[in-house]
Amino acid sequence: MNAPVNYQPSDDAWSMPLDQIDVSDPMLYQTDTYYPYFERLRREDPVHYRKGGMYGDFWSVTKFKDIMTVETHPEIYSSEAKLGGISITDRPMKFRRSSFISMDPPRHDEQRKVVSPIVAPANLQNMSGIIRERVCRVLDGLPRNETFDWVERVSIELTTLMLTTLFDFPEDERSKLTYWSDCATADVNAGGIVDSEEKRLEILTEALRTFTGMWHERAARPPGYDLISMLAHGEATRNLVNDPMEFLGNLTLLIVGGNDTTRNSMSGGLWALCKNPDEYRKLYADPSLVTSLVPEIIRWQSPIVHMRRTALADAELGGKQIKAGDKVCMWYISGNRDEDTIDRPNDFIVDRARPRHHLSFGFGVHRCVGNRLAEMQLIILWEEILKRFPAIELVEEPKRLYSNFIHGITEMKVRIPG
Amino acid sequence: MAKVTFIEHNGIPHTVEIAIGKTVMEAAVNNNVRGIDADCGGECACATCHVYIEPAWLDKIGLPADGSQEASMLSFAAVTQPDSRLSCQIVMTAELDGLVVRMPEGQH
Repeated sequence: MNAPVNYQPSDDAWSMPLDQIDVSDPMLYQTDTYYPYFERLRREDPVHYRKGGMYGDFWSVTKFKDIMTVETHPEIYSSEAKLGGISITDRPMKFRRSSFISMDPPRHDEQRKVVSPIVAPANLQNMSGIIRERVCRVLDGLPRNETFDWVERVSIELTTLMLTTLFDFPEDERSKLTYWSDCATADVNAGGIVDSEEKRLEILTEALRTFTGMWHERAARPPGYDLISMLAHGEATRNLVNDPMEFLGNLTLLIVGGNDTTRNSMSGGLWALCKNPDEYRKLYADPSLVTSLVPEIIRWQSPIVHMRRTALADAELGGKQIKAGDKVCMWYISGNRDEDTIDRPNDFIVDRARPRHHLSFGFGVHRCVGNRLAEMQLIILWEEILKRFPAIELVEEPKRLYSNFIHGITEMKVRIPG
Repeated sequence: MAKVTFIEHNGIPHTVEIAIGKTVMEAAVNNNVRGIDADCGGECACATCHVYIEPAWLDKIGLPADGSQEASMLSFAAVTQPDSRLSCQIVMTAELDGLVVRMPEGQH
Protein backbone atom coordinates (compact mmCIF):
# COMPACT_ATOMS: atom_id res chain seq x y z
CA MET A 1 0.00 0.00 0.00
CA ASN A 2 1.16 3.47 -0.75
CA ALA A 3 0.98 6.11 1.95
CA PRO A 4 -1.64 8.80 1.35
CA VAL A 5 -0.15 11.60 -0.72
CA ASN A 6 -1.13 14.34 1.71
CA TYR A 7 0.08 12.47 4.79
CA GLN A 8 1.49 14.68 7.56
CA PRO A 9 3.48 13.18 10.45
CA SER A 10 1.43 15.35 12.82
CA ASP A 11 -1.75 13.47 11.80
CA ASP A 12 -0.56 10.73 14.14
CA ALA A 13 -0.92 13.06 17.08
CA TRP A 14 -4.71 13.01 16.76
CA SER A 15 -5.26 9.41 15.68
CA MET A 16 -2.78 7.36 17.71
CA PRO A 17 -3.92 5.73 20.97
CA LEU A 18 -3.64 8.27 23.76
CA ASP A 19 -1.49 5.99 25.90
CA GLN A 20 1.05 5.71 23.09
CA ILE A 21 1.79 9.43 22.93
CA ASP A 22 5.37 9.99 24.08
CA VAL A 23 6.21 13.68 24.30
CA SER A 24 9.68 12.80 25.58
CA ASP A 25 10.84 11.88 22.06
CA PRO A 26 13.58 14.49 21.38
CA MET A 27 12.84 14.23 17.67
CA LEU A 28 9.58 16.12 18.23
CA TYR A 29 11.63 19.17 19.23
CA GLN A 30 14.32 18.73 16.60
CA THR A 31 11.65 18.64 13.89
CA ASP A 32 9.44 21.28 15.56
CA THR A 33 6.43 18.96 15.35
CA TYR A 34 5.49 18.70 19.04
CA TYR A 35 2.56 21.13 18.97
CA PRO A 36 -0.40 18.81 18.13
CA TYR A 37 0.66 16.19 20.68
CA PHE A 38 0.41 18.70 23.49
CA GLU A 39 -2.72 20.25 22.06
CA ARG A 40 -4.37 16.83 22.26
CA LEU A 41 -3.07 16.11 25.76
CA ARG A 42 -4.23 19.49 27.06
CA ARG A 43 -7.66 18.78 25.62
CA GLU A 44 -8.13 15.08 26.31
CA ASP A 45 -5.75 14.03 29.09
CA PRO A 46 -3.98 17.00 30.67
CA VAL A 47 -2.20 14.93 33.31
CA HIS A 48 -1.07 12.01 31.18
CA TYR A 49 0.71 8.82 32.13
CA ARG A 50 3.07 7.22 29.64
CA LYS A 51 4.21 3.75 30.50
CA GLY A 52 7.34 2.51 28.77
CA GLY A 53 8.23 5.72 27.00
CA MET A 54 11.66 6.43 25.51
CA TYR A 55 12.73 7.74 28.93
CA GLY A 56 10.75 5.28 31.05
CA ASP A 57 7.41 5.69 32.83
CA PHE A 58 6.38 9.26 33.55
CA TRP A 59 3.52 11.66 34.12
CA SER A 60 3.17 14.64 31.78
CA VAL A 61 1.67 17.79 33.28
CA THR A 62 0.57 19.94 30.36
CA LYS A 63 -1.75 22.68 31.68
CA PHE A 64 -0.54 25.98 33.16
CA LYS A 65 -2.50 25.63 36.41
CA ASP A 66 -1.45 22.04 37.11
CA ILE A 67 2.19 22.99 36.45
CA MET A 68 1.80 25.81 38.99
CA THR A 69 0.50 23.29 41.54
CA VAL A 70 3.57 21.08 41.11
CA GLU A 71 5.91 24.10 41.24
CA THR A 72 4.45 25.36 44.53
CA HIS A 73 4.59 22.02 46.37
CA PRO A 74 8.27 21.10 46.63
CA GLU A 75 7.44 19.10 49.75
CA ILE A 76 5.55 16.64 47.48
CA TYR A 77 7.33 17.10 44.17
CA SER A 78 11.05 16.79 44.85
CA SER A 79 13.98 18.02 42.73
CA GLU A 80 16.51 15.89 44.59
CA ALA A 81 19.35 14.67 42.36
CA LYS A 82 19.52 11.24 43.96
CA LEU A 83 15.85 10.64 43.12
CA GLY A 84 16.42 11.64 39.51
CA GLY A 85 16.76 15.41 39.69
CA ILE A 86 15.18 17.82 37.26
CA SER A 87 15.36 16.08 33.91
CA ILE A 88 13.37 13.15 32.53
CA THR A 89 16.59 11.27 31.81
CA ASP A 90 17.39 8.91 34.68
CA ARG A 91 21.17 8.95 34.74
CA PRO A 92 22.98 6.05 36.42
CA MET A 93 23.34 6.83 40.13
CA LYS A 94 27.07 7.59 39.98
CA PHE A 95 26.45 10.29 37.35
CA ARG A 96 23.74 12.09 39.33
CA ARG A 97 25.45 15.32 40.29
CA SER A 98 23.84 17.48 42.90
CA SER A 99 23.47 21.26 42.53
CA PHE A 100 21.11 23.75 44.07
CA ILE A 101 18.57 23.31 41.28
CA SER A 102 18.45 19.59 42.08
CA MET A 103 18.07 19.99 45.85
CA ASP A 104 15.02 20.61 47.98
CA PRO A 105 14.72 23.22 50.74
CA PRO A 106 16.48 23.93 53.05
CA ARG A 107 19.85 23.09 51.40
CA HIS A 108 18.65 24.52 48.10
CA ASP A 109 17.81 27.81 49.79
CA GLU A 110 21.21 28.18 51.46
CA GLN A 111 23.24 27.60 48.29
CA ARG A 112 20.98 29.62 46.03
CA LYS A 113 21.22 32.65 48.31
CA VAL A 114 25.00 32.67 47.95
CA VAL A 115 24.87 33.42 44.22
CA SER A 116 21.59 35.33 43.86
CA PRO A 117 23.07 38.77 44.78
CA ILE A 118 24.90 38.77 41.43
CA VAL A 119 21.55 39.57 39.78
CA ALA A 120 20.26 42.01 42.40
CA PRO A 121 18.87 45.27 40.94
CA ALA A 122 21.95 47.39 41.62
CA ASN A 123 24.27 44.80 40.10
CA LEU A 124 22.12 44.52 36.99
CA GLN A 125 22.41 48.26 36.59
CA ASN A 126 26.20 47.94 36.82
CA MET A 127 26.28 45.28 34.12
CA SER A 128 23.98 47.06 31.66
CA GLY A 129 26.75 49.29 30.28
CA ILE A 130 29.09 46.50 29.29
CA ILE A 131 26.18 44.48 27.87
CA ARG A 132 25.13 47.37 25.64
CA GLU A 133 28.69 48.03 24.52
CA ARG A 134 29.07 44.37 23.44
CA VAL A 135 25.69 44.27 21.73
CA CYS A 136 26.61 47.37 19.69
CA ARG A 137 29.99 45.91 18.74
CA VAL A 138 28.51 42.57 17.68
CA LEU A 139 25.64 44.13 15.68
CA ASP A 140 27.90 46.67 13.97
CA GLY A 141 30.18 43.84 12.87
CA LEU A 142 27.42 41.93 11.04
CA PRO A 143 27.66 41.71 7.25
CA ARG A 144 25.08 43.30 4.90
CA ASN A 145 23.51 41.58 1.90
CA GLU A 146 25.23 38.40 2.86
CA THR A 147 23.92 35.20 4.46
CA PHE A 148 25.28 34.42 7.92
CA ASP A 149 24.45 32.28 10.94
CA TRP A 150 22.68 34.39 13.58
CA VAL A 151 23.23 31.70 16.24
CA GLU A 152 26.99 31.77 15.88
CA ARG A 153 27.50 35.48 15.22
CA VAL A 154 25.00 36.93 17.68
CA SER A 155 23.36 34.49 20.12
CA ILE A 156 26.40 32.42 21.09
CA GLU A 157 28.77 35.38 21.02
CA LEU A 158 26.67 37.59 23.30
CA THR A 159 25.69 34.95 25.84
CA THR A 160 29.21 33.56 26.10
CA LEU A 161 30.61 37.05 26.68
CA MET A 162 28.00 37.47 29.41
CA LEU A 163 29.30 34.29 31.05
CA THR A 164 32.87 35.61 31.01
CA THR A 165 31.63 38.57 33.06
CA LEU A 166 29.62 36.46 35.49
CA PHE A 167 32.53 34.09 36.12
CA ASP A 168 35.32 36.62 35.52
CA PHE A 169 36.60 34.11 32.97
CA PRO A 170 39.29 34.95 30.37
CA GLU A 171 37.52 36.32 27.29
CA ASP A 172 39.92 34.72 24.83
CA GLU A 173 39.08 31.27 26.18
CA ARG A 174 35.33 31.80 26.08
CA SER A 175 34.60 29.16 23.45
CA LYS A 176 35.33 26.57 26.18
CA LEU A 177 32.29 27.81 28.09
CA THR A 178 30.00 27.22 25.11
CA TYR A 179 31.54 23.79 24.60
CA TRP A 180 31.11 22.75 28.24
CA SER A 181 27.58 24.10 28.30
CA ASP A 182 26.61 22.13 25.21
CA CYS A 183 28.28 18.98 26.55
CA ALA A 184 26.54 19.31 29.92
CA THR A 185 23.08 19.15 28.34
CA ALA A 186 23.68 16.99 25.25
CA ASP A 187 21.38 13.99 24.85
CA VAL A 188 23.67 10.94 24.57
CA ASN A 189 21.60 9.72 21.61
CA ALA A 190 21.88 12.97 19.66
CA GLY A 191 24.82 11.75 17.60
CA GLY A 192 27.31 14.28 18.96
CA ILE A 193 30.59 14.02 20.84
CA VAL A 194 28.86 13.19 24.12
CA ASP A 195 27.69 9.64 23.37
CA SER A 196 27.85 8.33 26.95
CA GLU A 197 27.77 9.59 30.51
CA GLU A 198 31.44 8.55 30.83
CA LYS A 199 32.35 10.80 27.90
CA ARG A 200 30.33 13.69 29.34
CA LEU A 201 32.12 13.39 32.67
CA GLU A 202 35.50 13.22 30.93
CA ILE A 203 34.84 16.50 29.13
CA LEU A 204 33.33 18.21 32.16
CA THR A 205 36.30 17.17 34.26
CA GLU A 206 38.33 19.69 32.22
CA ALA A 207 35.84 22.34 33.29
CA LEU A 208 36.11 21.19 36.88
CA ARG A 209 39.93 21.43 36.76
CA THR A 210 39.85 24.93 35.28
CA PHE A 211 37.31 26.25 37.78
CA THR A 212 39.00 24.55 40.74
CA GLY A 213 42.15 26.53 39.91
CA MET A 214 40.12 29.75 39.73
CA TRP A 215 38.42 28.87 43.02
CA HIS A 216 41.68 28.54 44.95
CA GLU A 217 43.01 31.79 43.50
CA ARG A 218 39.85 33.68 44.46
CA ALA A 219 39.41 32.06 47.85
CA ALA A 220 42.85 33.48 48.73
CA ARG A 221 41.81 37.00 47.71
CA PRO A 222 39.15 39.29 49.22
CA PRO A 223 35.58 38.56 48.03
CA GLY A 224 34.86 39.76 44.49
CA TYR A 225 31.69 40.11 42.42
CA ASP A 226 31.92 37.00 40.28
CA LEU A 227 30.18 33.68 40.81
CA ILE A 228 33.32 31.71 41.69
CA SER A 229 34.44 34.23 44.26
CA MET A 230 30.93 34.35 45.73
CA LEU A 231 30.85 30.57 46.07
CA ALA A 232 34.38 30.44 47.49
CA HIS A 233 33.53 33.00 50.17
CA GLY A 234 29.86 32.10 50.77
CA GLU A 235 29.00 30.71 54.18
CA ALA A 236 26.97 27.80 52.76
CA THR A 237 29.35 26.99 49.90
CA ARG A 238 32.91 27.72 51.07
CA ASN A 239 33.71 23.98 51.25
CA LEU A 240 32.02 23.14 47.97
CA VAL A 241 35.37 22.67 46.23
CA ASN A 242 36.01 19.66 48.49
CA ASP A 243 32.97 17.92 46.98
CA PRO A 244 34.04 17.94 43.34
CA MET A 245 30.87 16.37 41.93
CA GLU A 246 28.61 18.88 43.70
CA PHE A 247 30.94 21.72 42.67
CA LEU A 248 30.72 20.47 39.09
CA GLY A 249 26.93 20.18 39.39
CA ASN A 250 26.67 23.81 40.46
CA LEU A 251 29.15 24.96 37.79
CA THR A 252 27.21 23.29 35.00
CA LEU A 253 23.97 24.69 36.41
CA LEU A 254 25.33 28.24 36.34
CA ILE A 255 26.97 27.82 32.92
CA VAL A 256 23.90 26.28 31.30
CA GLY A 257 21.51 28.62 33.11
CA GLY A 258 23.45 31.68 32.03
CA ASN A 259 24.08 30.57 28.50
CA ASP A 260 21.92 28.05 26.66
CA THR A 261 18.59 29.51 27.62
CA THR A 262 19.22 33.14 26.69
CA ARG A 263 21.11 32.03 23.59
CA ASN A 264 18.04 30.24 22.31
CA SER A 265 15.74 33.13 23.15
CA MET A 266 18.03 35.40 21.12
CA SER A 267 17.63 33.07 18.14
CA GLY A 268 14.00 32.11 18.71
CA GLY A 269 12.93 35.73 19.07
CA LEU A 270 14.30 36.67 15.69
CA TRP A 271 12.70 33.58 14.17
CA ALA A 272 9.32 34.55 15.66
CA LEU A 273 9.58 38.10 14.32
CA CYS A 274 10.64 36.89 10.86
CA LYS A 275 7.54 34.66 10.84
CA ASN A 276 5.32 37.54 12.00
CA PRO A 277 6.36 40.53 9.87
CA ASP A 278 3.35 42.60 10.95
CA GLU A 279 4.52 42.30 14.53
CA TYR A 280 8.01 43.40 13.52
CA ARG A 281 6.55 46.44 11.79
CA LYS A 282 4.52 47.25 14.90
CA LEU A 283 7.64 46.98 17.01
CA TYR A 284 9.79 48.98 14.59
CA ALA A 285 7.20 51.76 14.68
CA ASP A 286 7.17 51.77 18.49
CA PRO A 287 10.45 50.50 20.01
CA SER A 288 9.09 51.08 23.53
CA LEU A 289 7.30 47.76 23.02
CA VAL A 290 10.56 45.89 23.69
CA THR A 291 9.56 45.53 27.33
CA SER A 292 6.55 43.42 26.35
CA LEU A 293 8.28 41.89 23.32
CA VAL A 294 10.95 40.26 25.46
CA PRO A 295 8.70 38.26 27.83
CA GLU A 296 6.64 37.27 24.79
CA ILE A 297 9.81 35.94 23.12
CA ILE A 298 10.66 34.00 26.27
CA ARG A 299 7.17 32.49 26.38
CA TRP A 300 7.25 31.73 22.67
CA GLN A 301 10.64 30.06 22.76
CA SER A 302 10.15 28.24 26.10
CA PRO A 303 13.93 27.68 26.32
CA ILE A 304 13.49 24.87 28.84
CA VAL A 305 11.15 22.26 27.39
CA HIS A 306 10.39 20.53 30.68
CA MET A 307 11.41 20.22 34.31
CA ARG A 308 11.05 16.95 36.14
CA ARG A 309 10.12 16.22 39.76
CA THR A 310 9.80 12.97 41.70
CA ALA A 311 6.78 12.48 43.97
CA LEU A 312 7.70 11.97 47.62
CA ALA A 313 4.13 11.03 48.59
CA ASP A 314 0.87 10.02 46.96
CA ALA A 315 -0.98 13.07 45.66
CA GLU A 316 -3.88 14.01 43.45
CA LEU A 317 -3.14 16.16 40.44
CA GLY A 318 -5.71 17.23 37.87
CA GLY A 319 -7.95 14.33 38.93
CA LYS A 320 -5.19 11.72 38.58
CA GLN A 321 -3.60 9.76 41.38
CA ILE A 322 0.17 10.27 41.52
CA LYS A 323 2.02 7.65 43.57
CA ALA A 324 5.09 8.20 45.73
CA GLY A 325 8.17 7.58 43.58
CA ASP A 326 6.50 8.54 40.28
CA LYS A 327 8.35 10.70 37.78
CA VAL A 328 6.40 13.89 37.05
CA CYS A 329 7.34 16.14 34.12
CA MET A 330 6.10 19.71 33.79
CA TRP A 331 6.07 20.59 30.11
CA TYR A 332 6.60 24.35 30.16
CA ILE A 333 6.48 24.35 26.37
CA SER A 334 2.87 23.13 26.63
CA GLY A 335 1.72 25.24 29.59
CA ASN A 336 2.91 28.29 27.68
CA ARG A 337 0.37 27.45 24.95
CA ASP A 338 -2.52 26.75 27.33
CA GLU A 339 -5.63 28.50 26.01
CA ASP A 340 -7.27 28.46 29.45
CA THR A 341 -4.59 30.75 30.88
CA ILE A 342 -3.10 32.63 27.94
CA ASP A 343 -5.21 34.55 25.48
CA ARG A 344 -4.57 33.52 21.83
CA PRO A 345 -1.62 31.39 22.96
CA ASN A 346 -0.62 30.36 19.44
CA ASP A 347 -0.19 33.95 18.28
CA PHE A 348 3.04 35.85 18.75
CA ILE A 349 1.94 39.27 19.99
CA VAL A 350 4.50 41.97 20.82
CA ASP A 351 2.09 44.08 22.85
CA ARG A 352 0.32 41.63 25.14
CA ALA A 353 -1.36 43.13 28.20
CA ARG A 354 0.24 40.66 30.66
CA PRO A 355 3.19 39.15 28.79
CA ARG A 356 5.12 38.07 31.88
CA HIS A 357 2.50 35.53 32.87
CA HIS A 358 4.38 32.58 31.35
CA LEU A 359 6.10 29.47 32.69
CA SER A 360 9.50 29.70 31.01
CA PHE A 361 11.33 30.71 34.21
CA GLY A 362 9.44 28.25 36.36
CA PHE A 363 7.70 29.32 39.56
CA GLY A 364 8.13 28.69 43.26
CA VAL A 365 11.42 28.22 45.07
CA HIS A 366 13.27 27.09 41.93
CA ARG A 367 12.22 30.06 39.79
CA CYS A 368 15.10 31.09 37.53
CA VAL A 369 17.64 33.12 39.52
CA GLY A 370 18.81 34.98 36.43
CA ASN A 371 15.42 35.83 34.95
CA ARG A 372 15.85 39.60 35.18
CA LEU A 373 19.37 39.44 33.75
CA ALA A 374 18.09 37.36 30.84
CA GLU A 375 15.36 39.90 30.17
CA MET A 376 17.80 42.79 30.38
CA GLN A 377 20.16 41.20 27.84
CA LEU A 378 17.28 40.62 25.44
CA ILE A 379 15.86 44.11 25.92
CA ILE A 380 19.21 45.72 25.15
CA LEU A 381 19.71 43.45 22.14
CA TRP A 382 16.33 44.37 20.66
CA GLU A 383 16.69 48.07 21.42
CA GLU A 384 19.92 48.10 19.45
CA ILE A 385 18.59 45.91 16.62
CA LEU A 386 15.66 48.30 16.16
CA LYS A 387 18.02 51.28 15.95
CA ARG A 388 19.87 49.61 13.10
CA PHE A 389 17.85 47.15 11.02
CA PRO A 390 14.45 47.89 9.44
CA ALA A 391 14.44 44.26 8.32
CA ILE A 392 16.27 40.98 8.89
CA GLU A 393 15.42 38.16 6.48
CA LEU A 394 15.24 34.50 7.33
CA VAL A 395 17.17 32.70 4.58
CA GLU A 396 16.29 29.17 5.64
CA GLU A 397 14.40 27.49 8.47
CA PRO A 398 16.52 27.05 11.60
CA LYS A 399 18.20 23.79 12.53
CA ARG A 400 17.10 22.57 15.92
CA LEU A 401 18.60 20.55 18.74
CA TYR A 402 17.81 16.89 19.42
CA SER A 403 16.73 17.39 23.02
CA ASN A 404 13.61 17.18 25.16
CA PHE A 405 15.16 19.49 27.77
CA ILE A 406 16.88 22.41 26.05
CA HIS A 407 14.71 23.96 23.34
CA GLY A 408 17.65 24.81 21.17
CA ILE A 409 18.29 26.39 17.79
CA THR A 410 21.70 25.31 16.51
CA GLU A 411 21.84 27.27 13.26
CA MET A 412 19.76 30.02 11.68
CA LYS A 413 20.78 31.53 8.37
CA VAL A 414 19.70 35.14 7.95
CA ARG A 415 20.50 38.15 5.80
CA ILE A 416 20.37 41.84 6.57
CA PRO A 417 19.48 43.91 3.49
CA GLY A 418 22.06 46.68 3.03
CA MET B 1 -14.12 50.17 47.44
CA ALA B 2 -10.95 50.99 49.36
CA LYS B 3 -7.95 53.19 48.60
CA VAL B 4 -4.34 51.99 48.37
CA THR B 5 -1.32 54.23 47.81
CA PHE B 6 1.77 52.79 46.13
CA ILE B 7 4.93 54.86 46.51
CA GLU B 8 7.46 54.17 43.76
CA HIS B 9 11.11 53.72 44.67
CA ASN B 10 11.78 57.24 43.37
CA GLY B 11 9.09 58.65 45.70
CA ILE B 12 6.22 59.15 43.24
CA PRO B 13 2.90 58.13 44.86
CA HIS B 14 -0.05 56.52 43.06
CA THR B 15 -3.38 56.26 44.85
CA VAL B 16 -5.86 53.78 43.37
CA GLU B 17 -9.16 52.19 44.33
CA ILE B 18 -9.87 48.51 44.62
CA ALA B 19 -12.89 46.46 45.69
CA ILE B 20 -12.88 44.96 49.18
CA GLY B 21 -11.86 41.31 48.90
CA LYS B 22 -9.34 41.89 46.10
CA THR B 23 -5.63 41.83 46.79
CA VAL B 24 -3.21 44.73 47.00
CA MET B 25 -1.38 43.23 44.02
CA GLU B 26 -4.60 43.39 41.97
CA ALA B 27 -5.02 47.03 43.01
CA ALA B 28 -1.73 47.80 41.27
CA VAL B 29 -2.09 45.55 38.25
CA ASN B 30 -5.73 46.47 37.49
CA ASN B 31 -4.86 50.17 37.68
CA ASN B 32 -1.63 49.94 35.67
CA VAL B 33 0.62 50.97 38.53
CA ARG B 34 4.12 50.24 37.28
CA GLY B 35 6.59 48.43 39.48
CA ILE B 36 4.37 45.55 40.58
CA ASP B 37 5.13 42.81 38.05
CA ALA B 38 3.12 39.93 39.55
CA ASP B 39 4.51 37.43 37.05
CA CYS B 40 2.75 34.43 38.61
CA GLY B 41 -0.64 36.13 38.72
CA GLY B 42 -1.21 35.90 42.48
CA GLU B 43 -0.10 32.34 43.27
CA CYS B 44 2.61 33.37 45.76
CA ALA B 45 5.14 31.75 43.45
CA CYS B 46 7.46 34.46 42.07
CA ALA B 47 8.00 37.30 44.57
CA THR B 48 7.58 40.00 41.91
CA CYS B 49 4.80 41.89 43.73
CA HIS B 50 7.08 42.70 46.64
CA VAL B 51 6.24 45.81 48.74
CA TYR B 52 7.29 47.40 52.02
CA ILE B 53 4.46 48.12 54.44
CA GLU B 54 4.41 51.58 56.01
CA PRO B 55 4.91 51.34 59.80
CA ALA B 56 1.42 52.63 60.64
CA TRP B 57 -0.11 49.67 58.78
CA LEU B 58 2.26 46.90 59.74
CA ASP B 59 0.39 45.95 62.94
CA LYS B 60 -2.87 45.53 61.05
CA ILE B 61 -1.32 43.51 58.24
CA GLY B 62 1.31 41.55 60.09
CA LEU B 63 4.19 39.51 58.71
CA PRO B 64 4.01 36.11 56.99
CA ALA B 65 4.25 33.11 59.32
CA ASP B 66 7.65 31.41 59.55
CA GLY B 67 7.80 28.49 57.16
CA SER B 68 4.90 29.78 55.03
CA GLN B 69 5.12 29.83 51.26
CA GLU B 70 5.18 33.63 51.34
CA ALA B 71 8.11 33.71 53.78
CA SER B 72 9.93 31.20 51.62
CA MET B 73 9.38 33.18 48.38
CA LEU B 74 10.30 36.46 50.09
CA SER B 75 13.56 34.94 51.27
CA PHE B 76 14.66 34.72 47.62
CA ALA B 77 13.64 38.25 46.68
CA ALA B 78 16.31 40.92 46.35
CA VAL B 79 16.36 43.97 48.65
CA THR B 80 14.00 42.64 51.31
CA GLN B 81 13.47 44.43 54.63
CA PRO B 82 11.80 43.43 57.90
CA ASP B 83 8.57 45.06 56.62
CA SER B 84 8.53 43.18 53.30
CA ARG B 85 5.37 41.47 52.08
CA LEU B 86 4.08 40.00 48.84
CA SER B 87 1.16 42.17 47.86
CA CYS B 88 -0.74 39.25 46.30
CA GLN B 89 -1.12 37.82 49.79
CA ILE B 90 -2.75 40.92 51.31
CA VAL B 91 -6.52 40.94 50.88
CA MET B 92 -8.18 44.34 51.13
CA THR B 93 -10.65 44.84 53.96
CA ALA B 94 -12.53 47.95 55.11
CA GLU B 95 -9.99 48.19 57.89
CA LEU B 96 -7.15 48.55 55.36
CA ASP B 97 -8.81 51.45 53.49
CA GLY B 98 -6.09 54.07 52.97
CA LEU B 99 -3.20 51.58 53.09
CA VAL B 100 0.22 52.92 52.06
CA VAL B 101 2.96 50.65 50.70
CA ARG B 102 6.36 51.41 49.17
CA MET B 103 7.96 49.61 46.25
CA PRO B 104 11.51 48.22 46.06
CA GLU B 105 13.98 49.35 43.39
CA GLY B 106 13.25 46.22 41.35
CA GLN B 107 11.18 43.05 41.38
CA HIS B 108 13.47 40.04 41.38
